Amino acid sequence: MSDKTTSSNKSILNDAGTRALIFQVVLLAVVVFVGYYLFSNLQANLADQGISTGFAFLNQPAGFPVLIHLIDYTEADTYGRAFVVALINTVVISLMGIVLATIIGVVMGLARLSNNWLVARLATVYVETLRNIPLLLQMFFWYFAVLATLPIPKNSIIFGDFFLNKRGIYSPNPITQDGFGIVVAGFILSIIASIALIVWAKKRQTRTGLWFPAYWSSLGLIIVISFLALAVSGFPIEFDLPQKSRFNVTGGMVLPPEFVAVLVALSTYTGAFIAEIVRAGIMSVNWGQTEAARSLGLKDSLTQRLIVLPQALRVIIPPLTSQFLNLAKNSSLGAAIAYPELVAVVMGTTLNQTGQAIENIGLCMLVYGTLSLTISIFMNWYNKKMSLTER
Amino acid sequence: MAIEFKPSPSLPPPVNSVGAVAWVRQNLLSSPLNIFLTLFSFYILFLLIPPVVEWGIVTATFSGASKADCTGAGACWAFIGVYFEQFMYGLYPSEETWRINLALILLVVLVGTFVVKTVNKLYLSIGIVVVYPIIAYFLFAGGVFGLEVVETSLWGGLFLTTLLGVVGIVASFPLGVLLALGRQSSMPIAKSVCIVFIETIRAVPLITILFMASVMIPLFLPEGMNFNKLLRVLIGITLFSAAYMAEVIRGGLQAIPKGQYEAADAMGLTYWQSMVLVILPQALKLVIPGIVNTFIGLFKDTTLVYIVGMFDLLGRIQAATHDSSWLGTTIEGYAFAGFVYWLACFGMSRYSMRIERKLETGHKRN
Repeated sequence: MSDKTTSSNKSILNDAGTRALIFQVVLLAVVVFVGYYLFSNLQANLADQGISTGFAFLNQPAGFPVLIHLIDYTEADTYGRAFVVALINTVVISLMGIVLATIIGVVMGLARLSNNWLVARLATVYVETLRNIPLLLQMFFWYFAVLATLPIPKNSIIFGDFFLNKRGIYSPNPITQDGFGIVVAGFILSIIASIALIVWAKKRQTRTGLWFPAYWSSLGLIIVISFLALAVSGFPIEFDLPQKSRFNVTGGMVLPPEFVAVLVALSTYTGAFIAEIVRAGIMSVNWGQTEAARSLGLKDSLTQRLIVLPQALRVIIPPLTSQFLNLAKNSSLGAAIAYPELVAVVMGTTLNQTGQAIENIGLCMLVYGTLSLTISIFMNWYNKKMSLTER
Repeated sequence: MAIEFKPSPSLPPPVNSVGAVAWVRQNLLSSPLNIFLTLFSFYILFLLIPPVVEWGIVTATFSGASKADCTGAGACWAFIGVYFEQFMYGLYPSEETWRINLALILLVVLVGTFVVKTVNKLYLSIGIVVVYPIIAYFLFAGGVFGLEVVETSLWGGLFLTTLLGVVGIVASFPLGVLLALGRQSSMPIAKSVCIVFIETIRAVPLITILFMASVMIPLFLPEGMNFNKLLRVLIGITLFSAAYMAEVIRGGLQAIPKGQYEAADAMGLTYWQSMVLVILPQALKLVIPGIVNTFIGLFKDTTLVYIVGMFDLLGRIQAATHDSSWLGTTIEGYAFAGFVYWLACFGMSRYSMRIERKLETGHKRN
């Protein structure tokens, strides 16, 4: 075959590289054109409707109340502050939900593997029921069917210093007095000391093989030092107890029903998914591993902690991450029962009042994107830490 | 004379190690902790079951036309009976609901024929994917052959839920395949467009997408051009599930051994030929369970359209429980909704597990 025939067969259009280039240029052109077309329509529409653009509205007074706020907020505050309040509400419910869902998930996952037939069956029923019912329905159930049917404040259900009624759960509210700084300092000090202790114990064990009960002693350390600090500073905590007057309950710390409903629904729903992940993770560890650990003479608790759990975690962490992400995203459903989180405040009230759809929806998507990214970065770090280091 | 060895017959096993007694000892009472757990479980069952049975069955009222007929202390199932049509069809005119039923029967017949494998599958699948939706659309919306026009704002209930779920999953499938292929492709621009799209959608909650669809799409369109809310929500749902579908399909693509790609190349197939004839048939078969799971998730997520003001099954129930002449029927309504959703989702998840078992040996060497 001569050079001539090869070159004559090679049309530029038949070259894979050229084709790919042409295709990509066309694709890019289409994306840019569609983007430009939508953007120009948008500007025309906004100008027609007299909607201003930009984020200046964040400095204007909001004029609407936000019922649950962890930082000071009044109607006179700005949209920007309302946004921060909503952001805090979303982050708080997501983090608390993640912690609770993990606890529920681990307990239920272990219960499904229990050798007690009844316990395993009950856990299965729990998982299969909650997983297959939409989260929004569960939230409605907790809010409209359970919490809304609680008695009026006058007839509150009372457990010691806890009151339960239509307006929420009232509990004693710890109020710190002067000198609480010493307690905080003592607590932080004890945590630093325990970390140092654990690191030292680990190093010594690698070097000499000698074992030291680092976890138990650091727990003791934290309790003793914190208690000492409390005693030295003269117990600078007072409890604001909820008081029941004739028609109402005042004082104390109130968990509003919206918050409770969202938290319970989110954590039980996600907990059911986590239970399945935990069960699958533990079942993925070969039974031979357990047998090998036993034949080495490890007792059951050590077998679980040193052999089964680290291997199971490798399987558990990646799907667990996506459940955490789902939970954070699902916290947006709180908007449907008036829990003032991001979607309710920003895409609901603020959008309705200012009409600036692009900015508000963009802001929301940005926050959820950042939240998702943060969770996945943290979980990827943890996954890396837990993953098998092959030599 | 040979001595015949005659063993005496075995004694029966001890009573404690066979039958129900042994089962109870092993599974419920094997250790002190187990005994405690068993007692605790019985206590929970005791707390839950008798009140639920009493409320739901013993003292419940099953038929009636108004709240006044519910004289018992228990559940008022008459509420479900009165509102049943609304829960199923929304506000679709009663005399026209046969159209929905007809479309459903048609679908069941078509899919049934497909499963039974008696006729040409290619024509049949074209019929299901291309012809059926057109027929169904005209049946639902009306306006031809003397069928009365029914506004989409009247569509609701389980009908709307199913419509959103099925259209969402069917429409998102081709889009998901394209996105997955794009993400796997070696072309940098195509790849990054796909990645940005998939990851953006997956990072935000569905509710923001639905808000975007219902509030922002009109702003992006030229003056005078606007489409119906149902269509906008459908677009939102389709884009949303396409991103998830793409990730599921990508999993399938990655599970196909490299040799298959190389073999297709060696046969001189073009990119699209090798994808359509070699890779996708294998990859899609692997991810059928994943697709069913995506569908289950989407089916549950359709409840969110209630937040943007559409009345699907949950929305209709929510509206009915706030009807002032039926106050106090909230739990009955939610129980009914929960039952319907549970039945659908649990059924589908069992089906997906069955397929998973059936296909399990796919790439393992025997």
